[in-house]
Amino acid sequence: MNELFVTTESGDLLLSDTTKRSRRIRNRLASIWMAGSVLVAVVPLALVIGYVLIKGVGQLTPDWFTKDLPAVTRRAGGGMGPAIVGTLLITAVAAGMAVPLGVLGAIYLHEYGGRGRLGRLIRFMADVMTGVPSIVMGLFVYTVWTIAHGLSAFGGALALACLMLPIIIRTTEEMLRLVPDELRQASYALGNRKWRTILTVVLPAAFGGITSGVMLAIARAAGETAPLVFTIGAARNLNLSIFNGPTTALSVQIFGNAQTPFEAAQARAWGAALTLVAIVFILTILARIVAARVARRHNA
Amino acid sequence: MAIGRSDMDITPGGSSGGAVASLHGAGPGRRADQLFHSVALIAGLLVLAILGLIAASTTHEAWPAFRSQGLSFVTSSTWIPAEGKFGALAFIYGTVLSSLLALLLAVPVSLGIALYANEAAPSRIRRPIIAVLDLLAAIPSVVYGLWGVIVLAPFLGPHVYSPINDAVGSWPVVGWFLNGSSGRSFMTAGIILAIMITPIVTSLSREVIATVPRAQREAAYAMGATRWEMIRLAVLPWGRGGIVGAIMLGLGRAMGETIAVALVIGSQAGQVTTHLFEAGDSMAAVIVNQFGEASGTHRAALVGLGVVLFVVTIIVNVSARSIVARFDRQAQGI
Repeated sequence: MNELFVTTESGDLLLSDTTKRSRRIRNRLASIWMAGSVLVAVVPLALVIGYVLIKGVGQLTPDWFTKDLPAVTRRAGGGMGPAIVGTLLITAVAAGMAVPLGVLGAIYLHEYGGRGRLGRLIRFMADVMTGVPSIVMGLFVYTVWTIAHGLSAFGGALALACLMLPIIIRTTEEMLRLVPDELRQASYALGNRKWRTILTVVLPAAFGGITSGVMLAIARAAGETAPLVFTIGAARNLNLSIFNGPTTALSVQIFGNAQTPFEAAQARAWGAALTLVAIVFILTILARIVAARVARRHNA
Repeated sequence: MAIGRSDMDITPGGSSGGAVASLHGAGPGRRADQLFHSVALIAGLLVLAILGLIAASTTHEAWPAFRSQGLSFVTSSTWIPAEGKFGALAFIYGTVLSSLLALLLAVPVSLGIALYANEAAPSRIRRPIIAVLDLLAAIPSVVYGLWGVIVLAPFLGPHVYSPINDAVGSWPVVGWFLNGSSGRSFMTAGIILAIMITPIVTSLSREVIATVPRAQREAAYAMGATRWEMIRLAVLPWGRGGIVGAIMLGLGRAMGETIAVALVIGSQAGQVTTHLFEAGDSMAAVIVNQFGEASGTHRAALVGLGVVLFVVTIIVNVSARSIVARFDRQAQGI
């Protein structure tokens, strides 16, 4: 137990006989609570990842990645190809919209109007917007896009982009804050205008951090389900078109198959879960590596 | 920003006059500067525009339901689409109950982890803890839902809820709550939600705890406090505001969570009960479960549920952010 805690001044005091027994016991109980909490969090993580790995890995045959979804979900067979492509396509289109807009929004907040009343309002509302439930984003896109234009990958991408936008704004702003002012001043001293300074000096300096934040936002969006249910529909076949016709995604397939009592469908849900978790983890780990490299460069 | 000369006008966010006037003055390239400024401003304003548009478009779409139901939309718990009756009270109840259960389970654990990571753990254990939280946060909610509905709920129903119900279900007070034996229930939804909000409540609490001045800790130790007494006397009172904000943000997250809850809450429309081990329904779960086969006023009513959810989560988030912001100012001020 003792190696789980740093010894501090209190650690030495604990050993002294002058500390009352009841205080020592209370301190020990608090220590057990704190270390026990970590254990409580590890258990579900291990269980979920364990189940996804064990139940999902059997599904991952070559067919899984290439074949269309089966016509009858309760029978085995078919693949998850359209959903894998759908997830990647929708997420990529969403990132294509949210990343430039989010970075520009952050540039406004940090390089232009950040301390004014409007800047503070936008920053506050971006924080609030990160709390808007994803299903509300789905309903929103349904009302402004899907009713008029029908189910498509683009509708799902719009909803995911709305979810990513405030995250990218806030993480990018944090990264811009780390860029030393001397860089900006040096650029101005060379006669660069502000827009040039931002594009050629500030953004490259913050590139690593921004990339890391963007990848985390993409990872979160890739796992979203609720906003896609109303906006992309449920196709069985590969649909590479962004604007035309329904498509499908891994998360939607997990949701649909998890609700059925059929073993083959549930197995497909586990396989899709493993595929999705792998995609999300790879993005997360890449983001960590980039972030670590940036941190090292900062320290150097 | 801790640079001594940062009050020069060139600094970002500062007023754009003064020393850099020449860079903003007439001459080639001035247009480009103005254009870039405008584009960035428009991107920033997009946040406000989207929030406004969400409120306007969903309210408009839900209007037929609001008009036909009036106030009974939120005061009645009769939800019978075939008869045109849309009272969402039971769903609001389910959302609030499952979220509060999640807080009840997640807050002690999150605070424990945050205090352990910041106050007690040796640095080589700290990093794995953060990695665990990052992984917990990275797993998509639909995967938690899948695990919840196929593994957790079938286990909890017969092996946990049923024995508890048999033991204490007929007692007064306790039995009002610990009653029922359905694997898919308010309680299971609360457990899954608790797992999902633990990372965010923990990481926000850690940020708050990290701002406690070292002098306060040292002072408590100097008085002979044990570690726990130091936490209770120096850390928790200081961080109270920020921790409350973190918990409220967790509440907002829990209330809006859809897919995992839709899979494990049991979808028993119209049920308002204190029995935690019985099936119920939440606003988000009803929307996603019924949207496919809904049309007309039914569909409008489902969008209306989204409006209610939006308003409630906005209120929770604005209050939470205000509390956190006030805490930040206080922490910086001292």
